[in-house]
Amino acid sequence: MKKKIGVYICHCGGNISDYVDVEQVRKAVENEPGVFLAKTTMFACADSNQKEMVEDIAAQHLDGVVVASCSPKLHLITFRAVTERAGLNKYNYVHANIREQVSWAHSDNKPGATEKAIRIVKSAIAKVNRSESLEPVKVSATKAVAVIGAGVAGMRAAIELAEAGSEVYLIEREHFVGGRVAQFDDLCVSTETGKTLVTRLYDEVMKHKHVTLFTGAEVIETSGSVGNFNLKVKVVPRYIELRCKEHQLQDAIDVCPVQVPDEFNFNITMRKAIYHNYPSEYPQLPAIDIKNCTRCGECEKVCENINFDQKTEYLNLKVGSILLATGFDPYEPKRGEFGYGEIENVVTLPQFKRIMHYSKDKLMYRGKQIKHIAYIYCVGSRQVDGENKYCSRYCCTATIHSAVTAKNKFKDIYNYHFNRGIRTYGKQEVLYDESSRKGDIYLQSFEDAPPVVEKKGDKTIVKITDILTNNKELEVEADLVVLVTGMVPRKENSIAGLLKVPKGRDNFFNEIHMKLRPVETVIDGITIAGASQGPKNIMESMNSALSAATKSFSIVNAGELALEPTVAKIDKENCEWCGKCDEACPYSAFTKIEYNGKFIAEVNETICKGCGMCLPVCDTNAIELIGFTDKEVESMIDALV
Amino acid sequence: MEAGKVNNSPKILVFSTEKISDPAIDMAGLLKLHYPPTVYTIPVPCSSAVKPKWILHALEQGFDGVFIAADGTDCPYGESCTEKTAQVMTATQQLMKDKGIDPARLKMAAICSVCSEPFVKHVKSFTEYLKKPSN
Ligand SMILES: Cc1cc2nc3c(=O)[nH]c(=O)nc-3n(C[C@H](O)[C@H](O)[C@H](O)COP(=O)(O)OP(=O)(O)OC[C@H]3O[C@@H](n4cnc5c(N)ncnc54)[C@H](O)[C@@H]3O)c2cc1C
Repeated sequence: MKKKIGVYICHCGGNISDYVDVEQVRKAVENEPGVFLAKTTMFACADSNQKEMVEDIAAQHLDGVVVASCSPKLHLITFRAVTERAGLNKYNYVHANIREQVSWAHSDNKPGATEKAIRIVKSAIAKVNRSESLEPVKVSATKAVAVIGAGVAGMRAAIELAEAGSEVYLIEREHFVGGRVAQFDDLCVSTETGKTLVTRLYDEVMKHKHVTLFTGAEVIETSGSVGNFNLKVKVVPRYIELRCKEHQLQDAIDVCPVQVPDEFNFNITMRKAIYHNYPSEYPQLPAIDIKNCTRCGECEKVCENINFDQKTEYLNLKVGSILLATGFDPYEPKRGEFGYGEIENVVTLPQFKRIMHYSKDKLMYRGKQIKHIAYIYCVGSRQVDGENKYCSRYCCTATIHSAVTAKNKFKDIYNYHFNRGIRTYGKQEVLYDESSRKGDIYLQSFEDAPPVVEKKGDKTIVKITDILTNNKELEVEADLVVLVTGMVPRKENSIAGLLKVPKGRDNFFNEIHMKLRPVETVIDGITIAGASQGPKNIMESMNSALSAATKSFSIVNAGELALEPTVAKIDKENCEWCGKCDEACPYSAFTKIEYNGKFIAEVNETICKGCGMCLPVCDTNAIELIGFTDKEVESMIDALV
Repeated sequence: MEAGKVNNSPKILVFSTEKISDPAIDMAGLLKLHYPPTVYTIPVPCSSAVKPKWILHALEQGFDGVFIAADGTDCPYGESCTEKTAQVMTATQQLMKDKGIDPARLKMAAICSVCSEPFVKHVKSFTEYLKKPSN
């Protein structure tokens, strides 16, 4: 039992103390056995408090520490480090979760929450009273990282990882790299086009001998855990051999009789079953879309490098960490949402960007010249009734940028922005200013009175009650209505299910903590980057990619991981070798040895993973798990009841 | 609990698992999915590590119910987890019967790392069950 335990109860700014009476908790635990000091603190994780804790531990010779705050997934490591800095073995620290499992979960019942918090802190004190000083267990880690998705985020991460010295497997589901950015010409706020950016990243990726790029590839099975994940990857063939004669390929595309909507152009054009998305796209080899191919044989007649014998391959990869950069889908408006799917000149922003791409001197859509363009903002974002409550961040800037680009590129363009408040944050404000100076008109409404799109004869009218002109009813006759669609998580996102990566309220991948652990997930060894985590522009995606790459690298770099010293321990006197523990152990960590004239079990600590599967099967209760001994667990139960 | 008496706030001890079900329970809080504050959690590495002795201890010390938030097929320690957790359940329920404790006061369900809603549903319905005077 301990004599000098320090207990710190966190307000978390109000996240805890708005629902839990932290002072009452402090009073209730200050006289618990072993407790030497009990304090409340506004932010336990703040530097100032950490310093104070270090001083307390060192000056008062504390022998155990409890912090009652958020989930241990956030700050267990932080406070263990605090105890270490003060010279106390970190396993004499116990964390009490009174935010996720108390104040937030029971914000509807304050007295109940306070009562529960008291018991949880008492049980942590009971546990720390019985804690022992321990050393971590080391396991080997594979020095390789799998990056899933070769959009700008994935490619940037792959380059960073390779430069740092890790082996990288870059796995892209499509036959071409670049993700969404490849679909856009001009970008804000950059002088580079999407294609040049993608080309530059691709060239850098290919330069690194430590990056292996797989296209047409997808992870279909996973096993293992941090340090040693096993991935089964399915690689679909292109059905075209390398080093094909270029003119023959174009001939093959020309003769293909199949026509399917081209997803690369957001279905505003058609493509063949043998295709590349744009000339000079990377990798510079078309692919055959076998789902839509009729196997008519026409392409084989004109191109000798078509090969339908290529087979789907399955690869097994071993990696220490997985970095997810699977990106986003543009929001697809519902039929009838602002006339989408019903009025022919209502399109989405991604489609508009492709329409601009295909127009030469005049902006044309469906054979008609476009002059007056109405942009309707926040479609599929900041929804009042729908699920997407969030702001998609990129769209205000991308829309204004597209509007300015249209004006610069084509004659007689008039832009009308039906917005809900413009969010061109940071340097992007300059673009907003430029568009205003160029004469773009901004009309605004709140979420409860969105603009209305109507067909009147052959005219398309957009109406709004404009709050910027004191609620005047204004209308615009538009040649084209552009719905500024936000970002949503990828529809095909089975990778999340395979790896059990949690999703947040917005359904994008969820980090452990927005500020403190922004690229880690609760699944050890899996990091997230780019728009897969939530709406981001290119710069933000790249920044998160660098951050995730650094995190993944830090996991695999040493070739060794320090794991919890949670291993099984045998009570030699009580053990009468029966072999049940050996049967239960998935890792064969037990051996039969002789001891004092009898046979007993011995644990190989480097093999034992600390799962505890052996505990319940022992008839003589001769096995304990370090950190989860009978004494610890039962004393916690006693404190909770 | 005395027979015939209504228990308005039955206490439930949850054995959650550090990597799988505990994150789901955390997320229930994050999403403000409320459940009774008389539900307490002790995280363990794996649900097949729960000793029957601990469960009996909890019930004998005054918990009305024990809920094992099992790893199910997501267990990072391998596939045998489901079967082994089930064995813990059966063995403990036999011990409970021997001692005259209603075996339904021990419940188990697989709770994956994103199963916040199922978790809340389970502990709410378990609470309702334990409230009934006959239980
Ligand atoms: C209309 C529009 C205009 C925009 N304009 C700008 C702009 O001007 N400036 C700017 O900064 N930002 C702009 N953006 C935002 C920009 O597109 C994103 O920031 C960027 O695409 C995010 O990159 P990413 O790599 O995270 O995701 P993505 O670009 O979506 O790439 C993800 C990649 O992962 C692959 N993938 C997905 N799932 C799997 C899987 N299971 N296995 C293997 N691979 C998989 C995909 O095929 C894809 O190649 C715009 C967005 C839109 C919609």
